[in-house]
Amino acid sequence: MSAKASDSRLPVAKTYKIYIGGKFPRTESGRYYALRDGDGDVIANVCQGSRKDFREAVVAARAAFGGWSSASAYLRGQILYRIGEMLEGRRAQFVTELTQQGVKAKKAEAEVDASIDRLVYFAGWADKYQQVFSAVNPVSSSHFNFSVLEPTGVVGILAPQGSGLLGLVSNIAPAIVGGNTCIALASETRPLCAISFAEVLESSDVPAGVVNILTGSSAELAEHFASHMDVNAIVYCDDADGEGTQIQELAAGNIKRVIARVGLNWKDDSNENPYLIADTQETKTTWHPIGR
Amino acid sequence: MSDGALHIEPSRLPDLDRVPRVDEVGVGERVSRFCKRSIKKDSKVQALKLALSMIDLTTLEGQDTPGKVRQLCQKAIHLHDSMEGLPHVAAVCVYPTMIGVAKKALEGYDIGLASVATAFPSGQAPRSVKLEDTRMAVAEGADEIDMVISRGAFLQGEYGLVFDEIAAIKEACGEAHLKVILETGELGTLDRVRRASVLAMHAGADFIKTSTGKIQPAATMEVTLVMLQAIRDFYYETGQRIGMKPAGGISKAKQAIQYLVMLHETLGNDWMTPDLFRFGASSLANDILMQLQKQQTGVYQSDDYFSKD
Repeated sequence: MSAKASDSRLPVAKTYKIYIGGKFPRTESGRYYALRDGDGDVIANVCQGSRKDFREAVVAARAAFGGWSSASAYLRGQILYRIGEMLEGRRAQFVTELTQQGVKAKKAEAEVDASIDRLVYFAGWADKYQQVFSAVNPVSSSHFNFSVLEPTGVVGILAPQGSGLLGLVSNIAPAIVGGNTCIALASETRPLCAISFAEVLESSDVPAGVVNILTGSSAELAEHFASHMDVNAIVYCDDADGEGTQIQELAAGNIKRVIARVGLNWKDDSNENPYLIADTQETKTTWHPIGR
Repeated sequence: MSDGALHIEPSRLPDLDRVPRVDEVGVGERVSRFCKRSIKKDSKVQALKLALSMIDLTTLEGQDTPGKVRQLCQKAIHLHDSMEGLPHVAAVCVYPTMIGVAKKALEGYDIGLASVATAFPSGQAPRSVKLEDTRMAVAEGADEIDMVISRGAFLQGEYGLVFDEIAAIKEACGEAHLKVILETGELGTLDRVRRASVLAMHAGADFIKTSTGKIQPAATMEVTLVMLQAIRDFYYETGQRIGMKPAGGISKAKQAIQYLVMLHETLGNDWMTPDLFRFGASSLANDILMQLQKQQTGVYQSDDYFSKD
């Protein structure tokens, strides 16, 4: 964040870095892009993440998956709620960052509030979605047959360009509440809140590697998100220049789940429903023999 | 073959006071340089394949079963059949009780069979037991014996005793190659590593090896560099080429390439062969295979599509 220069002291500007495995490294590529406000002044130099940053993030996400997916639903719910709490405590900072990036003050406040509420909403589903989507199935043989959800694994998220905070939170929350780990690529034009959100995650008992956040160009990184064999699902929210088609084709390499959330109004209530959790879950059906 | 070592002439014991001291800071600096070489594309593929051919695929667990050993041997034979032009690993390394099982599983393939011996990993047993352990392993069909030195005796300064023991084991090995494990994690300083290396080479080691893998730290690049330098000086002194085997803690392809860079820049091309350099590892093989697949397809790989080791 840029601080106003006063006579008495020099401004201390924040360095926006990426978030991988619970740490804040700079991009290994050493590339940065200048983020400008409406007047054309530079607000921050933002990391231009590379495919190697992404690869490191996948390794971190994969390593975190075992622990996070086997954590109790109760604990995952608590941690999501905790993220909401911490975000509430830093509300003013996020509002400032949004306005710096061109969002009007009223709308910025509404976006931060909606983000907090959305985290609380999904926190509430943590110990409930399983009951809603699981089933005991009628079969004609002597089996007890039941289906339950299991997290699909590592989820790649290409966050929407238009909504710097709410769009990011709306995609991360349903993925991790179900026990997945994720790598999110922040909005290229509004990346500041994403990195500040990473600081919130870091202080909310979210285990390292469960959420990894990169900044950079979607046009450059989307193909690697889509083709990486160790990523199990990909969410994309924009479809510029046929990016969606390319993602779907590359995702076929290891039969990823492809979830398109294009053209959504992120403030809308339709972004609060448990089917969004089910999007990144696999259904496991068990045939358990029983005597008659 | 006698159980003692009385026939060994004391004059073969080198004067360890004359072994050069190691500059720890200098070694650290040198090692960090090896990690900054850019090895890309064709050279990378070549390096990865070479590293693959140098692996001693290892399982040394209390929970090893014949089934587990057979699985490891299958892995050694069929690294990743869908990829063409792959070398096979250098050897499979197991406990003495598993030699029979491994021998049968590897029959007809040009893959070595190594066995640890001499009360691995602690080496805390009477010499007669260690010699018996070695003879049994050789009789069962091991081509290579990985022995541990008596670290306790070495640290006490009883170099003669350690020297005699290695020489006696070497004799018991007969045709089998002898790798001497220094267990550098228990030696404490690089000076002692250098001294132990010199001692082992003079006593008849064909290979010197860093670690058992049971003690942390296991193989590090610093320790390996000191041992490679000892090998180089021993070669200048005697004309004999001794092999090197870092073991434990090398699980990434990138690390393996860094070791190869170090090997090349310390000992040169002559040592860039499985006959004189080995990696003691298990999960390294899969990481190398994933990197090779990445080089072929351009797509980052997942563990899910490679056989377990």
